[in-house]
Amino acid sequence: MVVRRRPQRGHRFAESPVLQLALQGWRSRTVGLLLMLAFAALVGRSFYLQVVNNDFLQGKGESRYLRDLEISASRGKITDRNGDMLAVSTPMKTIWAIPGDARTMSGEQKKQLAALLDMGTRELDGKIAPDKTFVFVKRQVPPETAERIAGLKLPGVHQEKEYRRYYPTGDMTAHIVGFTGVDDKGLEGVELAFQPSLLGRPGSRTVIRDRRGNIIEDVGALKPPQDGKEIRLALDSKIQYIAFSQLKAAVEMHKAKAGGVVVLDAQTGEVLALANWPTYNPNNRESLSGAQLRNRAFTDTFEPGSTLKPFTAALAMEMGKFRPDTVINCAPGRLTIGSATISDAHPHGALSVAQVIQKSSNVGVTKMALTIPPQEMWQMFDSIGFGQVPQLGFPGEVTGRLRPWKKWRPIEQATMSYGHGISVSLIQLARAYSVFARDGDLIPLSLLKVDQPVVHGVPVFSAQTAREMRVMLEMAAGPEGTAPKARVPGYRVGGKTGTAHKLVDGAYANKYVSAFVGFAPISDPRLIVAVMIDEPGAGQHYGGAVAAPVFSQVMGASLRTLGVSPDAPLQVADAAAGKGRL
Amino acid sequence: MVRFNMLLLLIVVVCALGAVTSQHRARKLFQALEGEQERVRQLDIEYGQLQLELSTWATHPRIEKIARDRLHMVTPDAVGRVVDNPPAKPALKKGGR
Repeated sequence: MVVRRRPQRGHRFAESPVLQLALQGWRSRTVGLLLMLAFAALVGRSFYLQVVNNDFLQGKGESRYLRDLEISASRGKITDRNGDMLAVSTPMKTIWAIPGDARTMSGEQKKQLAALLDMGTRELDGKIAPDKTFVFVKRQVPPETAERIAGLKLPGVHQEKEYRRYYPTGDMTAHIVGFTGVDDKGLEGVELAFQPSLLGRPGSRTVIRDRRGNIIEDVGALKPPQDGKEIRLALDSKIQYIAFSQLKAAVEMHKAKAGGVVVLDAQTGEVLALANWPTYNPNNRESLSGAQLRNRAFTDTFEPGSTLKPFTAALAMEMGKFRPDTVINCAPGRLTIGSATISDAHPHGALSVAQVIQKSSNVGVTKMALTIPPQEMWQMFDSIGFGQVPQLGFPGEVTGRLRPWKKWRPIEQATMSYGHGISVSLIQLARAYSVFARDGDLIPLSLLKVDQPVVHGVPVFSAQTAREMRVMLEMAAGPEGTAPKARVPGYRVGGKTGTAHKLVDGAYANKYVSAFVGFAPISDPRLIVAVMIDEPGAGQHYGGAVAAPVFSQVMGASLRTLGVSPDAPLQVADAAAGKGRL
Repeated sequence: MVRFNMLLLLIVVVCALGAVTSQHRARKLFQALEGEQERVRQLDIEYGQLQLELSTWATHPRIEKIARDRLHMVTPDAVGRVVDNPPAKPALKKGGR
């Protein structure tokens, strides 16, 4: 109510005598001035809010109803060539707590939570004891359990979404697939090698929420999440299983320390299987040792032994100095070079080049090698990929050891011709054999499925030499060769055994690496299988007795799985059964 | 003049109510859409879990174990096999031992 002083002019607003009192003029003016000041303050304030401080207030207002939501993206799957899952992520929950709030839980609540999380109440108390603002109570909790915990409405206990990686094939593919850490970071194998493309990038969106928390409108730009790319490996899980189970059986039977099997597609260069023993279960990685983790086929090198002889012989033939039927005198089974003597396991007389490979004569190969200039031999080893990283992008790939030719002594060149004084990894050795399985050219290997294979690789030998060598290698895996146990009923196979002494502290010890590398079918090679058994300890150690049977089993089963037509009569293995022939 | 003003006022009120209603309907529909999208996500997760379960059941070691132990299956030997395309001719020619 505004009181205004007015002179009485006969109007009778009220009968109250108070109103009839005359007020001093300054009082009304003071009130008027105060009102004006108050009004000015209001205008000033509104100017301040609307103009000066507008942005801040707008932001504050939006924060009451606008929400930035993160849209999670999952890590890409890893599948085999047929789409079978090798690694897949599923959502899980992390249970975390603010210890200060969580300690207000009642004893009953604590007991319930501990029971759901599968831990003791004391352990739970220990987790929420520290004076921090954030502690993990348990990570990777299944979503159903997390929902029941959320239902308890515990004070200070919160949840967050995360992913867990599962490996359905477990120990079988552990080395090639690898595994991730708890934060979805690849730590080993393909998971590490292809980390950038597997990783998903979370998106975000800005929304308006109403009082009940419902999203009622999308505002602003949506940043869509990018799920990690699916990686399709070249691996064939059936062949991988065959290779893995045969390797495991062989390692156990021969009481070996370790072993590895590599299966390659000779036509496309794809790695169809890669098995190692010992292995581990990637789904449960407690108590892991380095020996289990190592992907031996990639990271361990060994002296390949006689498996290198075909390369020396092929180079000698390529240079025109020898033909498959050139006779070399290998008697008396010993050859002295300088102060060292090279000898054969069984002394032979005169052998043709083909027989040198078939019988695996060290003396025969050495005589061939000594006609080759060191530089030529080095170049050949280099061009088949020895001493180089295989370039598969796999973590921990090794180069092996190939010394520069200028430093070779004659004895070294001689021992290298049959695979000593040089070291390779199993994958390098398997790849090198592709020059014989193909028509003398070397193609790059691939861990991923190849849609358009390289038709022509880098030529190393002529097609003629490769073809002649295939025949010799078939003889080596024949009844008169060093590895009759490598034969596969129904298919013509070729391959070479290798038995190398192991180097322990720089000296050859009485320990062996037995190897066999071969391919089939000879008429049109499709698969290359390389087998390596480290330190067989059950009496036998020759590649023909230890590694060749594994080769035979893996090769036979893999060819049948792939539906490759047989190119030999079926009764090779069991001569008594004539009925199998069509 | 007053009548015209009243008419304009009426139109304004109707328009305002219309705007409110359509906004409300838009929000309802948006919520429904949101709900369905959430379901898509849930089903996607479930699909992933089922795929995982499938591949766990279908691992080769398990299949082989069942085939051998429960169904008593064996790998056929050479006698039991019939090859319907005989070995290719070039193969026979090349294999000069």
